[in-house]
Amino acid sequence: MHKEFVMGNEAIGKACMAAGVQVVAGYPGTPSTEVLETIAKENDGSIYVEWSVNEKAALEVAAGASYSGARTLVTMKQVGLNVASDPLMSLEYIGVEGGMVVLVADDPGPISSQTEQDTRTFAEYSKLPCFDPSDAKEAYDMIFEAYELSEKYKTPVFMRPTTRVCHSYQSIDVRDYAEYEDHRPDGFVKDSSRWVIFPKLSYVNHAKIEERNAGLSDEFSSNVRNAVTAGTVRKGIVAQGISYANVKDILDEASAQGRDVPSLLKISTPFPFPEKLACDFLKSVDEVLVIEELDPYIERHLVYVCGRAGLNVSIKGKITGDVAPSGENLPDLVQKYISGFMGWESASSDAVKTPELPVRPPVLCAGCPHRASFYAVKKAMKGKETIFAGDIGCYTLGNAMPLDMVDTCLCMGAGLGIAQGVGRVKPDTKCFAFVGDSTFFASAITGVVNAVYNQADMTLIVLDNSTTAMTGHQPHPGTGHTMMGEFTDKIDIENILRGIGVGTVVRQDPFKLDEAVETVKRVADEPGVKAIIFEAPCAVLFKPETPYEIDLDKCVDCKMCIREIGCPGVVLKDGRVAIDEALCNGCGLCSQICPCGAIGKAVKE
Amino acid sequence: MSTTNIILCGVGGQGTVLASKLTAAASMAKNLDVRSAETIGMAQRGGSVMSYLRIGECASPLIKSGCADIIIGFEPAETVRVLNYLKNGGTVITSDRAMMPVTAALQGSDYEGAKMTDFLKSLEGDRIGKLVIVNTDEALRDLGSAKVLNMVLLGAAARGGFLGEVGIEDIKEALVKKVKPQFHELNFKALEYASV
Repeated sequence: MHKEFVMGNEAIGKACMAAGVQVVAGYPGTPSTEVLETIAKENDGSIYVEWSVNEKAALEVAAGASYSGARTLVTMKQVGLNVASDPLMSLEYIGVEGGMVVLVADDPGPISSQTEQDTRTFAEYSKLPCFDPSDAKEAYDMIFEAYELSEKYKTPVFMRPTTRVCHSYQSIDVRDYAEYEDHRPDGFVKDSSRWVIFPKLSYVNHAKIEERNAGLSDEFSSNVRNAVTAGTVRKGIVAQGISYANVKDILDEASAQGRDVPSLLKISTPFPFPEKLACDFLKSVDEVLVIEELDPYIERHLVYVCGRAGLNVSIKGKITGDVAPSGENLPDLVQKYISGFMGWESASSDAVKTPELPVRPPVLCAGCPHRASFYAVKKAMKGKETIFAGDIGCYTLGNAMPLDMVDTCLCMGAGLGIAQGVGRVKPDTKCFAFVGDSTFFASAITGVVNAVYNQADMTLIVLDNSTTAMTGHQPHPGTGHTMMGEFTDKIDIENILRGIGVGTVVRQDPFKLDEAVETVKRVADEPGVKAIIFEAPCAVLFKPETPYEIDLDKCVDCKMCIREIGCPGVVLKDGRVAIDEALCNGCGLCSQICPCGAIGKAVKE
Repeated sequence: MSTTNIILCGVGGQGTVLASKLTAAASMAKNLDVRSAETIGMAQRGGSVMSYLRIGECASPLIKSGCADIIIGFEPAETVRVLNYLKNGGTVITSDRAMMPVTAALQGSDYEGAKMTDFLKSLEGDRIGKLVIVNTDEALRDLGSAKVLNMVLLGAAARGGFLGEVGIEDIKEALVKKVKPQFHELNFKALEYASV
């Protein structure tokens, strides 16, 4: 063992390596991405690691490897689990041979997601055992238990950290390389009575799963991670994850100040719920406050346990309105909940009344090619009835003023269907769907097939920046390299579109503004399904070109450059327009907008 | 509980993370427990970012309002934004250089860094115990590099004794291990630059 300062996601990745994981597959998504990246970075070649085309593909690859006896890891964010749910629901009925950990990172807040769905609830629905770590150390140690449990019961197991656990750092003990486990399997053993799902087999296995989970509830009741810290009064707090850590700090502080404190129960294995442990805890208190994020999962179970055991304990939490139904349980909020519950006066420092502060919503980077693409479509479609269906990625930020080019955004790949649906209601609308290159491969291809087959009238705009930018530049099928460091043939988006039967497919450089506008006008007027692939690499990946500058003698202060494209590199300085040299990427879009020709490449002194 | 609570704040891409990691490494070298948390994801794209850093025994990486011993601010408005985290009489070390958000340019509003630093000065000696404002343009011109603002601010914090048990020599030791040799001299100069 040695100490390392690691991010929660790194801890999980390192633990999987130490536990002898052999096949790792996932799809990037905040806050889960660094788990797989950690393994790819430290891999000596003995572990197979891939970014799959989407979460469903990742889960299926891992399932095959687990059937063959290998320890596997699948990584995704919570909305990715929706994509992977089809194979996962069935896999629970079939089971695995080698241990399988399904890492799903939930995102209370939400900070970078569409939903506040709770994987603990999904675990109950899909019947998979679930672990819920409260910090990086617990996550590291849990992984070994998760693999053992997975192999003991031949079931995939959920590991469900939340953003604050994924992205917080901690100094923890990690195993030396010599302590890594080795689980070399024999390979797939044919047995159609085991691996082929039929109604009869599902019936038999369903009964076994229910019996196993009843036993697991008892097993989890004696799991030391579900720790009880005795208090000094007949009140209790039940918490999980980062909420537990925040509660613990506050109770420790109160205890040090000589206050009476409630008993504290941490639930680290939410499903199957440790009912016996919860029942014993409830018998020691008259009143309980449940502090958890996302669903009132623990709260519901405690109410159920009280009902079953006939206990007269008051359970407070989200359902009773004592804890907010959505968002994070940040320390200030947790302090407020506990102070209210315990009747403590809250001592706080003097709140400061601050002057008005600038708002900083996230924006497309200076030099981002998406800005140019959106602007070209906007100009070309000016005055026409349109729908701009957006998608998930950096380019969702195209919704911000002044571009205002994202009318809808639902989930990955949905823009294609939405553009078709809007067109079905009002056929004279110019229907556009914008999709990134990684998202195209992940979930947009079926939408194109649907559009062509059903003779929709729409324009697909592929924003091809040759990477998965938002999550930190992961490779995908169109980039020509893999997570094993190998180079492969790029899968060509134009060829796919032509193969599906999209008649017009045009590649266009978005930074050639006039040409791009003409291309959009021409293509959008054609009937049926047509596509424009705007090709320009992500601005973050390349060294900036020479920055542009403004000739203040020519500038008439019309501020078109600011009002039209909203680039962070174009700013106001002492009342005049200026280009921030440190931010300017040299894309030259602003120079093509300026009506006075006042913007040009900076001349080096 | 002798936990030292540090908040680093700024705008995405300013180098708050390296400053936080160096401090963590310096603490670990002294066998101290460290926890930290930071903003990752969509908010990084030009948005406000904040790192929490806690040295000593604690369960959560997050810090309550009124509990930060020190705020290290890379941008004056961002420093003001997180000011409620500061304990009464805590320390603030901040850059004076304003970063203009796109929205300010769009609305034609001229956001001034001086307004923010004046506000901080008005709280000095009362809500803020110790205030260090670094003239960033001057510092970076003197040091000849635009990339060492983080070391200027961190150096001021360490030399002032505001990082608990972690001192300037601990930071330097950590820096030698984390940063390439050709950058040592520049970073050392930056650490020693600001007067505290």
